[in-house]
Amino acid sequence: MTQVSPLLFLILVPLVASAFIFVGSSARRTALIASLVNLVFVLALFAVFQTGDASYQFVSSTPVIPSLGIALTLGADGLSLIMLLLTALVTVAAVAVARTPDKNAGWFYASLLFISAGGLGAFASIDLFFFYMFHELALIPTFLLIGIWGSGDRQAAAWKATIYLALGSFVLLLGLIGLYLIQPEGSRTFDLRSVISMAGLGVLGDGTWVYLLLLLGFGILVSLFPFHTWAPQAYASAPPPAAMLHAGVLKKFGLYGLIRIASPILPEAVTQFANLLLILLVGNLLYVGYVTISQRKLDWMLGYSSVMHMGYIFLGFAALNVFSITGASLLLFAHGLSIAALFALSGELRERTGTLDLAEFGGLAKPMPFFGLLFGFASFAAIGLPGFVGFPGELLVFFGAFAGGEPLMDSVNGVEIFALNNFQIATVCAVWGVVISAIYMLRAYRRIFFGPVSDRWKGLPEISGVPRVAIVTLLVVMLVTGFFPNLLIRLLASTSLWL
Amino acid sequence: MTPSFPIEFCVLFLGVVLLLADAFFPDMDKRKLAHIALVWLGGFLVATFFLRPALLWASPAGFYLADPLGIFFKQFALVATMLTLVLAIEYAPVVERAIPGSKPGAGLGEFFILPVFTCAGLMWMASAADFIMIFCALELVTISFYIQVAYLRKCPASLEAGTKFLILGALSTGFLVYGITWIYGLSGQTGLSAIAGAFAGIPAIPQSSQTALLFGLGLVLVALGFKVAAAPFQFWVPDVYHGAPTPVTAFLSVGSKAAGFVVLMRVLGPFLTVPEIETRVITVLQVLAGITLIYGNLAAMPQTNLKRLLGYSSIAHAGYLLMGVASVGSPLAGRAIVFYLVGYLLMTFLAFLILIPVAKAAGGDDIAHFNGLGRRSPGLALAMLLAMLSLAGLPFTVGFLGKFFIFEAAMQEQQYFLVAIGVVTVACGFYYYLKVVRAMYWQPVPVDAAPVEFSPLGRFAAAFLAALILIVGIFPKPILDILP
Repeated sequence: MTQVSPLLFLILVPLVASAFIFVGSSARRTALIASLVNLVFVLALFAVFQTGDASYQFVSSTPVIPSLGIALTLGADGLSLIMLLLTALVTVAAVAVARTPDKNAGWFYASLLFISAGGLGAFASIDLFFFYMFHELALIPTFLLIGIWGSGDRQAAAWKATIYLALGSFVLLLGLIGLYLIQPEGSRTFDLRSVISMAGLGVLGDGTWVYLLLLLGFGILVSLFPFHTWAPQAYASAPPPAAMLHAGVLKKFGLYGLIRIASPILPEAVTQFANLLLILLVGNLLYVGYVTISQRKLDWMLGYSSVMHMGYIFLGFAALNVFSITGASLLLFAHGLSIAALFALSGELRERTGTLDLAEFGGLAKPMPFFGLLFGFASFAAIGLPGFVGFPGELLVFFGAFAGGEPLMDSVNGVEIFALNNFQIATVCAVWGVVISAIYMLRAYRRIFFGPVSDRWKGLPEISGVPRVAIVTLLVVMLVTGFFPNLLIRLLASTSLWL
Repeated sequence: MTPSFPIEFCVLFLGVVLLLADAFFPDMDKRKLAHIALVWLGGFLVATFFLRPALLWASPAGFYLADPLGIFFKQFALVATMLTLVLAIEYAPVVERAIPGSKPGAGLGEFFILPVFTCAGLMWMASAADFIMIFCALELVTISFYIQVAYLRKCPASLEAGTKFLILGALSTGFLVYGITWIYGLSGQTGLSAIAGAFAGIPAIPQSSQTALLFGLGLVLVALGFKVAAAPFQFWVPDVYHGAPTPVTAFLSVGSKAAGFVVLMRVLGPFLTVPEIETRVITVLQVLAGITLIYGNLAAMPQTNLKRLLGYSSIAHAGYLLMGVASVGSPLAGRAIVFYLVGYLLMTFLAFLILIPVAKAAGGDDIAHFNGLGRRSPGLALAMLLAMLSLAGLPFTVGFLGKFFIFEAAMQEQQYFLVAIGVVTVACGFYYYLKVVRAMYWQPVPVDAAPVEFSPLGRFAAAFLAALILIVGIFPKPILDILP
């Protein structure tokens, strides 16, 4: 194909903008314009996207290493488009709420744009090799962002996150190479579409070990229990825009990858190791959930909560049915937006007060009522209250997961009775997870905004200007898609996932 | 058609002419010699592209082989030598300071001319197909390196490095000759193809001969392990890399290693056709690769001196390359090794090229001397960032693709144990390479930081290398097409 995919433009905009920043154009303005251009562009893609067509659209392919079947193949279906929208939205919000640092402002904004370009590239790639490469593009900007402009024990956090992510992505790379090698010789390729069709024909070799590598690699990247310890520390130390982009967008890469690659290509292996994954994801939901409750600092609490919420999405993936995967896809979108809004708000809070220690706050709703309102909405969205897009997502995951696996029947005195299988037990635990997130979110909300206001906080300025618009936009998108989830589900119906 | 053997003689002749010019025109600016050498080597490099492998002259005795692999590594040696000369021009003030002579520039001439002789040796090594030829070429390379390593004769570290290199190098030469003797004694041949022919004639090799053959090959492997800096023959590396003049260190780590791997691939050829010993040779290579990976990467982590760090990283990269050699059964392995070496050339030379002006300005080559370089000279820091990321193996750089091909070959050969070690060591690599990035971008600028001066030629070379690292990393097809 000779035509150039419009998606390439999407990836190039942030990269070209960072080049402009290095040459000397105003860092903040350039970054903001570039991210807005991308957002408009993604919305335009939504307009021309043909729903009901299950194949990839806007496809273009440039061979890079033909002998290995590697090509820069870009394209989008419904799920990719949703993720692209998420990336574009969060990028705009992250750049909008960013405070221009005194030193190296150019590097700061260029790093944010690189993370965005990495996310966009990964979600727009059909070729697995480039899917991987684009994700890695974000690794070093994250390292720099945390290490230079972070707070607290930023150096340790940056090292830990970088080493974990490097290790995770290398395991993932081995998994992808494995996926390549189990294909029959002569027709090996990294093109996802061809691999899926080969899986449909049943010509792939034994993929059990490939799935385990993918699960481990993606698992480390998504902070699957017990490989999650890098995440809260990194998010607590990262500057707010970096935490927004990483927790909101990049971390979704791993789950997106599992849904994209493992569920259509290696469903037997997913089923075979479902119990293992269920145990780990219940660890995410309950163990990390309880750890989240005990946090005394808002940034750490949000970091742990972002780890915990991955458990729902893993549950949706593990159950492998239309309901659960649709729910998981919705949750990818929902969690990305809600965690981005929360990190943005906690960043604003730290900017005003210089602390995020929950014990020092109280009564902030008095000086900044609108801020309190926004925080409340964002918390509700994170818990998954009806009206926000997280609600249909969680609901579909629970329904789907409860129907997952083989129904387990027992018999008492010859009468068949119903028993809970492992999926159903995990679903019960996941519902508990909702209660846990309600506990910590509402408790944090009460500590910060309710009660008597101390003299220290009386003169706090209200949130205003560009950050206010950005955060309101995130919340509005969550509300609109929450009341009309069909806007997204229609798109998901036109993906290659169900073929 | 142009036969290929005159190319080496041309390089040798160039070296002799330059030596004479150095002796007969004592008052000339010695840097001119380097520039002349650069131009001529560039000319030879162009000339190599007009050599047609199919029509080449090969000696009837089979000691000289100008196949595509050989020609590719002749080009590789020429490029490495040219880059070394660029580094040497950059490094000249240090040499002048370290060798106080009666007039300025005394002793500088040979510093620029010796790499040309090394280059001739490397080019012969690339084509050597006979143990005698291998030995002679190897000695030409090694002996010219002995002088270069100890070149800063008023600097104890350089002398110590030279002594260490000389003694251990002589020892490894002894191993090589002894190993060749055993192999000759068993096969009656020194030519590699003749050895393969000798084994092919025998239906089954008796047990005692197998052991003797493995013993001989083992001795050769020891010597080559010394050249490519594979553990457990790596003891010389950190001290020699640290003490030698920086351009020599770069040349040593790239040229010597590449030539060592070419010879290794050529020497192993005939032995891997013998099924009785093939599996045992592979096992030895696996063990070597595993130890080298673990040792190089773990020992690199606590280093605070950049030259030492790059020394250990050179050991680590030898480990990845050996992993490729241990996977020779895979059709992907040969190309993976060559591609890895190309990437290694680009990123190592870039790192050393940036190190020279920074060390000159800061007065030392510790990682701490890079503190705040991101603010002092953003361009240099960006180039160093690229070199480090590529060494660590980050996507969109040539270092990633090199590792990718090697791991692919290893997975195809089901070297799962080595692959597992490789994953851990790659993560270690991220740690120690990013230490340099941290110094450049996280640390504050030291108060007494002098401005970093960098010549236009150096700037051009650095920009060229950095651009190649990215271009080949994103679009490797042109390079893959010219690979043998």
